[in-house]
This record gives sequence, C-alpha cells and structure tokens, in this order.
Amino acid sequence: MTVTSLKPVARELDASGLSCPLPILKTKKAIGGLETGDVLRVVSTDPGSLNDIESFCKQTGNDLLASSEHDGSYEFLIRKN
Amino acid sequence: MTNLAEVKNDMPAADLQSAQMNEWFEKKFEEEMKKREAAHVPSMALIATKGTLDMAYPPFILASTGAALGWDVSVFFTFYGLLLLKKDIEAKVSPLGNPAMPMKMPMGPDWLQNMNIPMPNAIPSVIPGFENVATNLMKKTFKNKGVASIEELRELSLEADVKLLACQMTVDVFGFTHDDFIDEVSYVGAATFLPEAQKADVTLFI
Repeated sequence: MTVTSLKPVARELDASGLSCPLPILKTKKAIGGLETGDVLRVVSTDPGSLNDIESFCKQTGNDLLASSEHDGSYEFLIRKN
Repeated sequence: MTNLAEVKNDMPAADLQSAQMNEWFEKKFEEEMKKREAAHVPSMALIATKGTLDMAYPPFILASTGAALGWDVSVFFTFYGLLLLKKDIEAKVSPLGNPAMPMKMPMGPDWLQNMNIPMPNAIPSVIPGFENVATNLMKKTFKNKGVASIEELRELSLEADVKLLACQMTVDVFGFTHDDFIDEVSYVGAATFLPEAQKADVTLFI
C-alpha cells in the first residue's frame, strides 16, 4: 500500500535497516532542511518507529499525514510546520 | 462550572457579579496556562556514571533523541562515565560479574545469531583477552542490527547542542587532564549541575 499526498514529496529518507534512535535522528535532520509545508517521506524497517515517529511529530509540532506498513517496511508522510 | 443562565434570575446582584468574575477568571487562567505550556521548552538532565559499552548507550541515546524532540539536554559525566568523553572512546563490555549478559554471535545463520549464549563467570575470568572478544562480538552485533556506534551518537548529540558536562572532581581523582577529553566538554561541579537538574522536566541517573 502506498500513501499519496496532495503536495508532492519534497524529500525522501530511507532509514531501512537502522535501529532506534537513528530513524528519529535522521528524520529530525531531514526536516531541518525543509521549508514549512514541505512533505517528507520516511521509510524504515524498525517496528518501534511506528510509535516513535508519531510521538516525534506530536512533540515537534509537525503533521504526520499518513503512516502505513507493508511487508515489514514502514512508510511515513510528514509535513513540516 | 456554574451555568450562569440557570442561576442568574434568583441571584442577588453581588453574587452574580462574583460568579461572572469567577467564570471569567477560570477561562482566562486556562488560556494563560495553555499559552505557557505551548511556550515551554522541555529539558532533560542526565547523570552518566558508567563507562562500559553497554552503559554508554543509554545516556547518548536519550540525549540525542531528547535533542531531536527539541528539548534542552545536558549530561553530567562523573566517575567512570568520564571515559565516554575521551577523544577516543575505549568502552568495552564484559560478561564478568554481569550474569544476565548473554553473548551474541554476529555471524552464521539466523538461528545462531538470535541465540543468547550464557557465559558463566568462570570462563571470562580465566581466559585472557576475553573482554576484547566479547566487545568485538557485541559491536559487530550492534552494527548488524543497524545500531549507531557510541561515537556516532556522541557526534549527533553535539550537533544537536547537547551540553556535555564533566565532573571536575572525578577528573582530578583519576588524574585526567582536559586534554584527554573532546573540546566541547565543560568542567563543572555539583553546584552547577543541580540548578540545571532542578529546572529539568526529566532527570535520570544512569
């Protein structure tokens, strides 16, 4: 299942194979380089990232537009605020 | 909260005024508290006291993640925790006196890699160089699992403005000099750290 967003994805981050806390640290870095409103697509394989990315977005005030799981791989769409 | 419309009719003027006042105050107070909460930057103050590889992870994982969440983070390194501030981190891990620590095999088929091999104290205590073997196996397993190295996490913490504080007293006790440590370290005592910890939302002793 692939999630689609209204705004095209401005940046892709592949955090596959990385364990906690690297997917979060790399997501934070990637968001830092974006403009407000830009969408970041993150792919990870760490099952913990399902909860962690959601918590990260809540804490940092960014929008988690969608998250999905497919075949042990997780996909997130985050809009920078 | 009182429903003003219901009680208004049979209330004396003075009571009515005070009820309105209370309602206004409650609303205003809630608004102000929300504003204050939104403006509050969370902070975390950690104490790192251990210098082995397994105990080096928690402070750096928490510090780098806290910083990624936008928190103000400071870590006070004291006693063996100081070793984690050295230019070259030599942290090792030993199953000796660490009975719950299983050994991991970082190579071979999955069933072997997933096995937790118990290590009775008698073995590491008599075999020379066992600690190095255990450390290498552990580092390799971490790498295979996509876990960052301590050096990497420390670098990421520094990039994210985590404050690294070294306990000057233990620096002196162990005969270290400031040259032994990375440049970003500040040297302080308990009197500097405690007021930071007092303001912090999260404090942990590791």
